[in-house]
Amino acid sequence: MALLEIASPTFEWLELAPVLLVLAGGCLGVLVEALFPRAWRFTAQVAVIELTVLAAFVVLVANYRAHRSGILAMGSIALDGPTYIMWGSLLIFGLLGMLVFSERHLDNGASVFTPAASSIPGSVHEAEALTARLEHSEVFPLALFSLAGMMVFLAATDLLTMFVGLEVMSLPLYLLSAMARRRRLLSQEAALKYFLLGAFSSAFFLFGMALLYGYAGSFDLKAIDAAITSPYYGPGLLYVGLAMLAIGMLFKIGVVPFHNWVPDVYVGAPTPVTGFMAVCTKLAAVGATARVFFVALGAERWSWQPTMAVLAVLTMALGAILALTQTDIKRMLAYSSIAHAGFLLTAIVGANADPGVQVNSMGSIMFYLIAYGFATIAAFAIITMVRNSAGEVTAISGWAGLGRKSPILAGIFAFLMLSFAGIPLTGGFIGKWAVFSAAWRGGFPWLVVAAIAFSLIAAYFYLRVIVVMFFAEPAQSVVVGRASGMTWVPVVLGVVASVYLGLFPGQLLDLVSASSVFLR
Amino acid sequence: MTPENLVFLAAIIFVIGAIGVMTRRNALVAFLSIEMMLNAANLVMVSFAMGRGGLDGQVAAFFVMVVAAAEVVVGLSIIMIIFRTRRSTSVDTASLLKL
Repeated sequence: MALLEIASPTFEWLELAPVLLVLAGGCLGVLVEALFPRAWRFTAQVAVIELTVLAAFVVLVANYRAHRSGILAMGSIALDGPTYIMWGSLLIFGLLGMLVFSERHLDNGASVFTPAASSIPGSVHEAEALTARLEHSEVFPLALFSLAGMMVFLAATDLLTMFVGLEVMSLPLYLLSAMARRRRLLSQEAALKYFLLGAFSSAFFLFGMALLYGYAGSFDLKAIDAAITSPYYGPGLLYVGLAMLAIGMLFKIGVVPFHNWVPDVYVGAPTPVTGFMAVCTKLAAVGATARVFFVALGAERWSWQPTMAVLAVLTMALGAILALTQTDIKRMLAYSSIAHAGFLLTAIVGANADPGVQVNSMGSIMFYLIAYGFATIAAFAIITMVRNSAGEVTAISGWAGLGRKSPILAGIFAFLMLSFAGIPLTGGFIGKWAVFSAAWRGGFPWLVVAAIAFSLIAAYFYLRVIVVMFFAEPAQSVVVGRASGMTWVPVVLGVVASVYLGLFPGQLLDLVSASSVFLR
Repeated sequence: MTPENLVFLAAIIFVIGAIGVMTRRNALVAFLSIEMMLNAANLVMVSFAMGRGGLDGQVAAFFVMVVAAAEVVVGLSIIMIIFRTRRSTSVDTASLLKL
């Protein structure tokens, strides 16, 4: 009899269709792997990712135009303004990132992924797989699953859904980082570090979540907010839970002192995976962090704002200063991504949720992430093209004189560096201006002053790359590979978007400010 | 045992796990310690479910178990390939990538 009392759960299929389609695409990819002959698999997988992501994007836009919103799936996912913007940008960046996965022109018809991930590097098994021209086309379903996890992670309104999203996002990424075709020892080591540290941090997330559950009696973000105003237990549980939850989330963003994995994983992972990870993981993690801290812990902001401000300064400082000393371009971009995490954190510290203000915190964060995303996807796609006989050349010295070998490519890369540095007339500049003004309005002028100082330091190492590319003697034996459209589309789109966002930011700024309010 | 005491026990287990991750050099043992931390969190959720009189925490514990099982699949495969390559699971020998 008791079973009859359970009401059947409601599930909004249409509103949740973007996530469901991406998940279904991943499952379809697994089927393709099982049913298609080997020669067709790679092409079929590329078709599957393109179709599913485009379909998900179309449904998302249709839902947006029909003004569908609300708390979905029995109060576990919020479809609100930030969700729309971030799902849309995740789908775009995810598709661009996965297009770079499918590049096979640069390395004699082989992708950047190892032919047999289970083989020992340098073994007969690996050599046989190389001669048989095997490919791991499983990378595409893995990336789709990860993308679906990110979408759930940033839209979740209860901590349990958020945790599941976090793991669905991370687990495929651990595997993808281990699958580089060249320098496999580095790649496997990066995966081990990423996995152990990632699992360690998600244990902290989980314990923090358990303590907040005890504090509020529910996993719901709204219930935690309500419990802060009328508590059942003392604040100790809240503070410890808040801190541990923050450790888990800040780890994924790559905030000091939880940044150790970033440089190693960015260097070791195959470059297209690094690009995917650098943009999409950061976007999802920042979105989820902002949701937790604004919706659930907004009433407690006086206790987390100062700590977060100190972490932001440390992150910017360490990212900008250590990037100065790097000799490897991927490692330099890793430290630059740490510095960008710091800049983003300033807007979260600002916690300026006034929708009447033109640039509030969430709007500026989303603008910054979109500008940074386009530039980063394009930059990592360009790195895959600069090669010698042993694969990609990531030493900055190898990039010397690139301006004479391929003026277009070097020019694009130089522009992207300027956008990272935040030079006016680029998307990066408007993004920086937006997050800094959100922090300023939030009452943290000293933080803005520090952030501007560190972005000046950061500009130096971006400019250094430009100087090396255009004003140094060309390095021997380094060539610009002939890439197919799979690499060029993200590069061209990335640079066009950076120019557009720099020259005409108004449209996107209006859009993100109008859709910056979290549904509670 | 009251729920509060169970939470203290869970906190102790969590700290033991965290110390294990940071001090043990064997990747498998470090991973084992991480699983211990996850289970400590499970214990917290279940005991709070008892104390606060809801079922959410108990259901969540099942979710965590499923996620932990998926994590084992991924983690062991990564540790396996590292072991096959280097004949060692010590996290100290994995030092090609330096700061």
